[in-house]
This record gives sequence, structure tokens and C-alpha cells, in this order.
Amino acid sequence: MMAVSKNEITQDMFQPAVIDKSLQEQVSGPSIGFWSDGFRRLRKNKAAMVSAFIILLIVIMALVGPHMSKYGIDDQDLKRSNLPPRISALANIHWLPFDGKNEQGVDVYKERGIKQDLWFGADKLGRDLWTRVWKGTQISLFIAVVAAAADLIIGVAYGGISAYFGGQVDNIMQRILEVLNGIPNLVIIILLIIVMQPGIPAIILAIAMTGWIGMARIIRGEVLKLKNLEFVLAARTLGASDSRIISKHMVPNTMSMIIIHTMFSVPGAIFFEAFLSFIGLGLQPPKASLGVLINEGYKMLSLHPYQALFPGVIISLLLICFNIFGDGLRDAFDPKLRQ
Amino acid sequence: MGRYIVQRIIYMIVTMFVIVALTFFSMKLLPGTPYKNQEKLSPEMIELLNHKYGLDKPLPVQFVKYVGDLLKGDLGVSFQFDGRPVTEIIGERLPVSADLGFEAMVIGLVFGLLLGIIAGLRRNTVWDYGSMIVAVIGVSVPSFVLAQLMQYYFAVKHHWLPVAYWEGPAYHILPDIALGFGPVATIARYMRTAMVDTLNQDYIEMARAKGLSRPAVTFKHAVRNSLIPIVTIVGPMAVNLMTGVLVIENIFAIPGIGDQFVTSVYTNDYPMIMGTTIMYSVAFIVVVFIVDLLYGVIDPRIRLAGGES
Repeated sequence: MMAVSKNEITQDMFQPAVIDKSLQEQVSGPSIGFWSDGFRRLRKNKAAMVSAFIILLIVIMALVGPHMSKYGIDDQDLKRSNLPPRISALANIHWLPFDGKNEQGVDVYKERGIKQDLWFGADKLGRDLWTRVWKGTQISLFIAVVAAAADLIIGVAYGGISAYFGGQVDNIMQRILEVLNGIPNLVIIILLIIVMQPGIPAIILAIAMTGWIGMARIIRGEVLKLKNLEFVLAARTLGASDSRIISKHMVPNTMSMIIIHTMFSVPGAIFFEAFLSFIGLGLQPPKASLGVLINEGYKMLSLHPYQALFPGVIISLLLICFNIFGDGLRDAFDPKLRQ
Repeated sequence: MGRYIVQRIIYMIVTMFVIVALTFFSMKLLPGTPYKNQEKLSPEMIELLNHKYGLDKPLPVQFVKYVGDLLKGDLGVSFQFDGRPVTEIIGERLPVSADLGFEAMVIGLVFGLLLGIIAGLRRNTVWDYGSMIVAVIGVSVPSFVLAQLMQYYFAVKHHWLPVAYWEGPAYHILPDIALGFGPVATIARYMRTAMVDTLNQDYIEMARAKGLSRPAVTFKHAVRNSLIPIVTIVGPMAVNLMTGVLVIENIFAIPGIGDQFVTSVYTNDYPMIMGTTIMYSVAFIVVVFIVDLLYGVIDPRIRLAGGES
């Protein structure tokens, strides 16, 4: 009986709650804004964080890497021609390609009496691939970032103006967009590149010219939705100018969409640059970009596969990580997924 | 519906005209003459050749003539292939590319749907994570990197499959997989999302409550309804395949239209470049149009703009 009474719930264990009208409005805990909430979700997404870390690492290597080797990107030395990669510390791990042996298993370093390790090996002209790969990564990233920024500026301006002013302006701008959207990207890019000299400006222009359409559509949709919301009406009633409404209300509220879309246009640009360089319409050697290096490596594929391996691995890693990170950002910040 | 179709067709015509004009005038801006061994030709000979091909007339006249010929289905003659008509060369090479593209698409659909359905049904299990890792890799890794890797490993190193060319079924395996991997990944991702979405719908609950067997619920209700969004991505995907064909044909030395296009760019073969571009654009526009129409037919919930509702 004692045991039972211990578990018994008696009247005096309860206290009537005090109803205090003044406390009703009090919110417990600090309020969490849109951005901090998004970042909290993002931090919880392990895959996205790992991807962000790898991207950061590659970016740092792209900046620092070329200075770690004493050879420049165009330093030729036929003695080092097609030298396989060697990293002395890793030379004994047989499944890694860093033992300094060629496809026939001959230690080329010993054969030619080379003391210095070339971490990624050298190409057929004896240029250090470590320097070239990281320099190439740097150029590819530069092209991608500038192209994505151009996408963003053109797309936001076009979409924003079209939706904000509406009516006839919107009508005409959308008809133009409809026609432009019908033209395959590849056609515009290839025509532009063959008319201009192939090079960094042509590639950036080509990618930017085709990439902004998606952004313009998203921004237009968002602005059309925002335009009819009460706070914009309130701002207008209070006499805010167009530029103020755009900069204080439209831009901050579409920011998450802009960031998410940009995160996806960067890998798109990296891919297109590599694609163009691979079919010979991109950068011309001796300049290096990941696409050029993959193309050069491809020509030596059957004899010296390591030459295509390193740029191929880096571009794949970059694209995978950008896509995973972009997915993570979208999950964290896309208002449509927030319930 | 009728009004919508007419409107779309007008857009298609305008777009086509812009493409033709763009292509035509860009070609004219290109440096160099379109003749082989141009450094050996005297200015008089170049003039004569220009006259023969009608290149000495003013640009607008050339343009009008080109558009006129185009409407008659005549794309001019190739400068490089000893005056063979462009349509003939395209006709010769197109089936190979279409073959490659079709096979890659089939691979994409079969394996993509399979992966997506499994991932959607077994959400948050090893199956799901495995499929999605494959999907992310497939979406991200460029087809030319994958193609090289496979070519090296399966053909050069182990001699299991032929390295290049387009002769028997064995020659199709590597290019098909290299080109089809991207579509597999894209379809798998969309299918998974669609499956997860559909499985949460009330009618699935209802079907289960009625006592339908698991396969019946899965295939009759969940999979069929999840296929709707897939239709929309098939169009853009077909277009992506057209881009991929360019490099894959190059890597595996396949005598298709993509390979020809890259060569034409290098040799300033204007009619060939224009012909290929125009053919590519027509394919692109028609595919997008068909997909838009199909979408309305398949999903009655979607009413096209201007349609009855």
C-alpha cells in the first residue's frame, strides 16, 4: 500500500496557474530572424558544411598553390617531359599515383636523375602540372565568379524592372525574353566565341549573356508577388520613392532567392568554361584553365593518364561541392520549404 | 488551347528568324575566307570564287537569298566537302547522333526512374542515400571527364571495350553510359522528390485504406502521378544531351553531327555551321514546344495560359 500511495497524485501537488494579462504578450527567448534561422539550418547540414569546407580549401589552394612550386606556369624543360607525379612521403602507398613511376612501372625520376619532386608531374613540354593545375583552377574560378556576378546584375535588373513597372513595359520585356529563351545557349555561346577572339572576356560575356534569363524570371516572379503585399503599399502611401522601395523592400526580400540562384550559376559557369575549352573554343594554351588542362591531358590519356586525372578530379570535386552546398542553401533559405 | 498553340507557333517563327539572322551576320564577321589553302589563292581567284558562291553581293541581298533558300529546304553547299549540299551531310550524320542521344535517353529514363522510385519508397535509408550520392555525382561531374575516365579504364587499360568509333553494339556501351549518366542523375533526383510528394497525398492514404496491395498503391497511384513532373524535365534534358553529344562524339570519334560541328567551326565552313545551328535550334524549339503541350495533356490540373478553365 505504501508503494502505491507514493505514486498517487494528490490534490496538493497542483497549484493554480496565475493568469497575468501583462505577461501574455511576452515572447520567451530571443527572436530568431530569417538569416540567423537559415544559417542555423545550414550549419546542421553536414554535407553542405563539408562541401563548403572543400570549396574553401580549393579556393585557398588556387591562390596559394602556384607559389608553392618554384616553377612558373610556362617554364618548359624537356628533361622533365611527361614526368609522372611523385610525393616522396606518399611514394610507398601503392594505390596513390605519387610513386614517380610511369605506366610501365619505370621510376622516371631515377632514370633521369631528377631529385626534385613534382607533386602532380609535368606535361609533355615539361611544365610543372602542380603550378598549372592550381593556376588553372584560379582562372576557372575567376571566370565563373565574374560570369555569375554579371548574371546576377543583368538578371536582377531586367527581372526587377520588368515586374516592378509592370503593364506595357513588362509585356514588351517578357516578349523579348520569350524569344531569347527560345535560342539555345550553345548557339549564342559558340557564335559569340567565334566572332570574338577566344579568351577570358569572350567566355565571360558568353556565359553571362545566356545565364541571366533564369535569374530574370525568378526575380520577376518574386517582385510581382512582393509588389502587391501590404508593406509595399504602406511604404508607397507614406510617399517612398521607387528607388527607396526597390532598395529597402524588394532587394532584401528577394536576397535569399538571388543567393541561391547564384550558388547554382557558379558551377554552371565552371562547367561551361571547361566545356568550351575542351572543344577548343575557350582559352588557348599556354594559358591554363581546368578545361584547357583536361583537354591537354586528354591528348595524352593512353600514355600518361595522370595529366588528365588531377584537373578532372578538381573540377569534379568543385562541381559536386557547389551543387551540394547550393542544395543546402536552398533547403535552408527557400521560403517555399519553410513551414 | 487553340489560341495558345497559335501564339506559341508565332513565337517559334520569330525566334527562328532571330536565330537565322544572328547566325548569318555572325558568320559574316568571321575573319578569313572560307576557302581551303586561301594563302595560295590570288585576289582575283578569291573574287571569282566569291562570285560563284554569291559572296560578292551586298549583305542584305545575301541574307534574303539565304532565307528564301532556307524556306525551300536548301541550306546551301558546304565549302569544305567539295560542294556537297549541307542537307546531305546533315542527313548522313544526324542518324548517328540521334541514335546515340536516344540510347542515352533510354538509359537515363530506365535507371533514373528506378533509382528515384527506390529512393522515394525507402526514404532516409541506405538505398536513398546511395541513390542520391550517385545522383549528385551524375549531375556534377562533366560528361567529358566521366567519358575520359571510362575510356581509359575500360578500353585503354583493360581492353574490355573498344576505345572509339561507332561500329557494333559493343562500341555503343561507353558513349551511351557517358552521355546517359547525367540524365540518370537528373531524373533520379526529380523522381525522388515527386515520389516523396505523392506518397504524402491523401489519395495514397485512401488507396491503402481501401486495402489495395502495396504494389498496386506504388505503381498505379504513386509512380504514375509522380511521372508528371518528369515530363517537364525531359525537354531540357534532351537539349542538354544535344550539348553533351558534341564532346562525347569528339572523345569517342563518333561520326555524328556534333563532331562535324566542331570541325566546321575550325574550318570556317559557313553554310555547314549555319545549317547545323539552324537544325539544332529547330530541334530545340520543337522539343520545348511539344513538352509544353504534353504537360497540359498529361496533367489536367494545369491549364495553359489562354486555355479554357
